[in-house]
Amino acid sequence: MLTSAPFFPPRASALAREIDFLFFTTLGIAVVFSTLIAVLLVTFAVKFRRRSPSEVGREMTGSTLPLELTWTIIPFLIMMGVFAWGTKIYFEASRPPANAKQFWVVGKQWMWKIEHPDGKREINELHVPINVPIKITLTSEDVIHNFAVPAMRVKADVVPGRYTTLWFEADRLGTFHLFCSQYCGAEHSKMTGKVVVMEPTEYEKWLASGGASTVQTTVATGEQLFAAKACNTCHRADSTARAPMLWGLLGRTVKLLDGQTVVADESYVRESILNPAAKVVAGYQPIMPTFKGQLSEEEVIQLINYIRSLKAAESESAR
Amino acid sequence: MSALPTDPVAPQPKKNYLNAEYGVFSWLLTRDHKRIAILYLFSVSIFFMLGGLMAVLIRMELATPAGDLVEPDIYNRLFTMHGVLMIFFFLIPAIPAVLGNFLIPIMIGAKDLAFPKINLLSWYLYVAGGLFTLWALIHGGVDTGWTFYAPLSTTYSNTWVLPVGIGIFINGFSSILTGLNFIVTIHRMRAPGMTWFRMPLFVWSHYATSLIQVLGTPVLAITVLLLAAERIFHVGIFDPKLGGDPVLFQHLFWFYSHPAVYIMILPAMGVVSELIAAFSRKKVFGYHFVAFASVAIAVLGFLVWAHHMFVAGISVYAATVFSILSMLVAVPSAVKVFNWTATLYKGSVSWETPMLYAIGFIGLFTIGGLTGVMLATLGIDIHVHDTYFIVAHFHYIMVGGAIMGYLGGLHYWWPKITGKMYPVFLSKLSALVIFIGFNVTFAPQFVLGYLGMPRRYHAYPEEFQVLNVMSSAGATILGVGYLMPLLYFVWAMRYGKDAPANPWGAVGLEWQIPSPPPTENFHEIPVVTHDAYEYEKPSLKEAPVVG
Repeated sequence: MLTSAPFFPPRASALAREIDFLFFTTLGIAVVFSTLIAVLLVTFAVKFRRRSPSEVGREMTGSTLPLELTWTIIPFLIMMGVFAWGTKIYFEASRPPANAKQFWVVGKQWMWKIEHPDGKREINELHVPINVPIKITLTSEDVIHNFAVPAMRVKADVVPGRYTTLWFEADRLGTFHLFCSQYCGAEHSKMTGKVVVMEPTEYEKWLASGGASTVQTTVATGEQLFAAKACNTCHRADSTARAPMLWGLLGRTVKLLDGQTVVADESYVRESILNPAAKVVAGYQPIMPTFKGQLSEEEVIQLINYIRSLKAAESESAR
Repeated sequence: MSALPTDPVAPQPKKNYLNAEYGVFSWLLTRDHKRIAILYLFSVSIFFMLGGLMAVLIRMELATPAGDLVEPDIYNRLFTMHGVLMIFFFLIPAIPAVLGNFLIPIMIGAKDLAFPKINLLSWYLYVAGGLFTLWALIHGGVDTGWTFYAPLSTTYSNTWVLPVGIGIFINGFSSILTGLNFIVTIHRMRAPGMTWFRMPLFVWSHYATSLIQVLGTPVLAITVLLLAAERIFHVGIFDPKLGGDPVLFQHLFWFYSHPAVYIMILPAMGVVSELIAAFSRKKVFGYHFVAFASVAIAVLGFLVWAHHMFVAGISVYAATVFSILSMLVAVPSAVKVFNWTATLYKGSVSWETPMLYAIGFIGLFTIGGLTGVMLATLGIDIHVHDTYFIVAHFHYIMVGGAIMGYLGGLHYWWPKITGKMYPVFLSKLSALVIFIGFNVTFAPQFVLGYLGMPRRYHAYPEEFQVLNVMSSAGATILGVGYLMPLLYFVWAMRYGKDAPANPWGAVGLEWQIPSPPPTENFHEIPVVTHDAYEYEKPSLKEAPVVG
């Protein structure tokens, strides 16, 4: 058992290396300071131990201000350095690169439903290619969960009613733990899984293998849904008077009825489906009915993927 | 002046607050702050033992990777109960309601708190809230964790969330009233000559604590009410299915619950300042800095709550602001540690039991504080958030800090409170056993957290077992350490030697009155002519004292 008991977590991403460096630097500072305090305490307690029952301590002479300022300012400056360093890493970890592959994860009590960019789905296992940035957009069907992959040093709460994201780029092959890190009810500790990092060729083979539960690409499912829910009645190329066209929508800046602008990201599209009156595009009436309660989180994701594909279709036809 | 009560051979007056009256009702209807402190001492000890029992079961379960001792539903109830009992019914009231209640009026030269009846009411509210919560926890149980995150707590949990919420709600008023009582007492009842900067640092830290209790606790009450509104009437506040925002719950919850950490640690810091001064026979180095540091911690403590939410999907800019503010709150904490250490320099240091606890406190609090700075660092928090690293960190603050401080204070003032001395060797041994047991329990959890083991897991991957077994073994040592004071304190009440008025040769008004003190504390209100901790001024020996 001892041989399999690690004292250091596996490290499988560039971010992990950065976080470890910061962690062990601050740990070093912490060790230096606590050792300093411990040594001083013991030294003083021994050196100045009471030698007679009536002995009293001797006050320090002179101003204490220089000392007080020293031990106020030095920790302050060190902490500001650590703060700046940590914040830089946090910003990097929060901003996926533009070329990242888009994965979707829906958490529910007590399983992870994972969807690959091409629509392949799996449960509690995430297969990813090595050396490719992976962006994961997360949401929950019920309570708050947390998607944590210690080997990548990434973690994000999975919050119902909104999208959160995280990203990583695996640089080591292997199988790593996936944990739910936010307490989510009875079987919280069973809400675990695996992240499998593969060679890109292996990943392609795995994708093609059918494996888990591939039925259809999510774009195709989204397209059927788009028709089934009659979205295409209004959102059509030739009916601009009733609803905005969705071609090339994702990533575009949209002007709203109240004069504000908003970047049409996944969260905006999700909100517009479930709560259409919240942000109406300038030039249109708030006539769209809500689809709240009629679509599951996964169906919303399929619709978003379909809408994103419209962008590709349009730019192709424009060429 | 006649016979000085500080003279160890002087006979103790026969009448004191303990034997002034007899019978159950003389206790249950008392308005004496010292007797109310004793009532609290008994009740918080019971809650501590219950919370400790939960911890024993948790550590037993975690000794093996499989969830084989109890069902997950039971395990989840256990850690929820452990958190609720320890935080709301032990750590928050322990030092203020026991030691603060007993000592604040005496330390500032008053005969009682400003509102003695409200003080008794606080205890009744505490007991009512506590019994109600206990009944709900045992009868139905609650499985949301002490953090009650929505929508798990509002929509999905079918356990007794509301009754427990009501118990915490009732108990909150106890906390508010105690805080209010202390603030008014410290403002209005100081003896002549007891200026703000002559007050012992114990009083300063309780003043800062009381501000948090009065200003923060109502927010907890509001949060519980909103939770109830959503649970009963399905008003959409937190659950997105009803149109609410689950992150809002976390903002409200931590707006109280982060400052609550300072409600637990500031009084312990006050105790440690007293112990360090008394057992170095020296004025606390940088008295003004230490006093202001308490207030600074109380104020800044209200501005750091969202550091519990760095991975909850808040904006990166909000996270940046809360990260820097969280680091700022570490500065006054560091100032205190340096000042305590510097106090020993050229002191006359004696290694009595309370001093061992105080030195243990400084060491463990330093580790807890430094790991806190690491957690406030955004880049590190991503990895260790919601893992055992957090569990280890806050136990270093709350158990290593607050409980060490509480036990140090109990050992220091026990002769004053009960008029009896406890066994020296056993008590020194207990400090050592607790220190070792604590570190063996919680140090491995830092490593577990860095390895990625999440909090609140009932079963875990096998490779984490070695460290978990270490932790469980340490908990056994820690448990023995906690039982020791319990036993010898009870033993000492009956068989201990009579305590002199001032067994430690310390200054401070509490040591100038008999042990145990008379009901009215001072026959005449003393006139204070000295700063706190003036050991060097020989005139102190001739200072008028009141017996």
